[in-house]
Amino acid sequence: MKIRLLDIAHARSGDKGDTANVGVIARRPEYYPVLVKYLTAERVKTHFAGIALGPVERFELPNLGALNFLLHEALGGGGTRSLKNDAQGKTLGSAMLRMELDIKEQLIVGGEDDV
Amino acid sequence: MKERIRIASGQGFWGDLLTAPYDQVTRGEVEYLVMDYLAEVTMSILQKQRGKNPALGYARDLVPLMEQLLPLLVKKNIRVVTNGGGVNPLACRDAIFAAAGKMGISGLSIGVVLGDDILGRLEDLRSHGMLLKNMETGEDLGAVMDRVMSANVYFGAAPIVEALGRGARIVITGRTTDTGLTLAPMMHEFGWKAGDWDRLAAGTVAGHILECGGQASGGNFSADWRAVPDLAHIGFPIAEAFPDGRVVITKHAGTGGLISVQTVKEQLLYEIGNPAEYITPDCIADFTTIQVSPDGPDRVLVAGVKGRAATDSYKVSMSYLDGYTAAGTLTYAWPDALEKGRAADGILRRRMQDLGLRFEEVRTEFLGYNSCHGPLAVPPEEVNEVVVRIGVRGKDFDAVERFGKEIAPLILTGPPSVTGFAGGRPKPSEVVAYWPALLPKSAVHPEVVVETV
Repeated sequence: MKIRLLDIAHARSGDKGDTANVGVIARRPEYYPVLVKYLTAERVKTHFAGIALGPVERFELPNLGALNFLLHEALGGGGTRSLKNDAQGKTLGSAMLRMELDIKEQLIVGGEDDV
Repeated sequence: MKERIRIASGQGFWGDLLTAPYDQVTRGEVEYLVMDYLAEVTMSILQKQRGKNPALGYARDLVPLMEQLLPLLVKKNIRVVTNGGGVNPLACRDAIFAAAGKMGISGLSIGVVLGDDILGRLEDLRSHGMLLKNMETGEDLGAVMDRVMSANVYFGAAPIVEALGRGARIVITGRTTDTGLTLAPMMHEFGWKAGDWDRLAAGTVAGHILECGGQASGGNFSADWRAVPDLAHIGFPIAEAFPDGRVVITKHAGTGGLISVQTVKEQLLYEIGNPAEYITPDCIADFTTIQVSPDGPDRVLVAGVKGRAATDSYKVSMSYLDGYTAAGTLTYAWPDALEKGRAADGILRRRMQDLGLRFEEVRTEFLGYNSCHGPLAVPPEEVNEVVVRIGVRGKDFDAVERFGKEIAPLILTGPPSVTGFAGGRPKPSEVVAYWPALLPKSAVHPEVVVETV
């Protein structure tokens, strides 16, 4: 089935220099393994082609049902050097949630979040 | 020992909601008010201000705020911890003492943490083998040494704990970690020491949740922003800390906003790197051990945090001048708004080329279309209007300034139905670049001064 990341996760993003971090959090415990399986660093690097010019790192936080991504060279130099309207990557979290995933698993999507 | 203390977040950054600290001390009971004022770029701004006037260089908003709060703080026995001292914490203290004096408040003890400012010691440190290489790129500081504007060590909770122990009711620091501001009251009240790594990590995690103010209590909440009630009257987060390291994140009853497992999780994920090693001068906290669970309405329990020994280095944050930027905007209206905006961009670039202006980067974004999500944005079939934003960066001030004079002419010499040029010519701004480095803890020592007036 095809799902939008927005439907199974929420996110927050921010900056450290020219690196953006995007935290992606499962809306239900059963969504977390799907994130771990499909939301790989490679997939995220492809998604952010033209934005994250450097490597993408992924870290797992199973305790929070969350993944943390570091997008290197994603902020046009970062800080006051950046010419971007979003120099601090505040909207990259929602940019992440635009992603569509084609998954083998059947998930029930919608309704209340369960945390 | 107290069984519980309540630490209120009053400011998440310099420029945050001005009413928040007052609400935190009046809408319910708290024992501590902590306020973070310092972003990385702030220190260089403050150095500049002190350069012009030796009595400045701190977060000036603090003084009127303290005039408003001091009688309440005294009456309710609430202590304040803030890094708003910037590059001149002593001047900040003196301004607050003067304000207290005017209000007839006496016997006020203020503690100040000094020693983080190493701008005058860079040559000396380097001659002793502490090269302060850029910890991200490995470059030698020598390349930018003549352009360094500020250099500050990030101290942790320890000097604040000393000031509190010596009776300070208000503690003003320079460059202190955001998390240290919240951890310090817990160490002071509960007697936590270096070695109690799990508890220090728990206090650090609480500090991370509090350090961005309303962003933990329903602000900027991605999971379901419509579900957050009454953001107009948002209550900032409060950490209810217990001696065993458990912390409940909550807010005052009757305030707006929301504290939920989801709001807390979003803030925990904010601006972190490797979650297994969140490094501060106080400890290394392991964010993969944090357990969050609901604890009633607008209450979330944070427990289970594990920590490890701190490293033997301080992080140093330096800033240096690295050229100039300028950015201008023009607004194009229907029909063909986006196409006209692109044409204007083309005309401007051609004119700059004809003038021989060269830049490190010229960037054009279309607000309303792609300034946030870049190539991920779906091209719209028709837009009612679009804001074209063109920015340049370069080392040559004159070229950047000349660029600023090329925006307005497009109104009468470019595509039609254009407006939105009320702000005048874009002026060059200095690029304040950031240089992070490490310094052995043995090379620098915080100095704590507590004075009662």
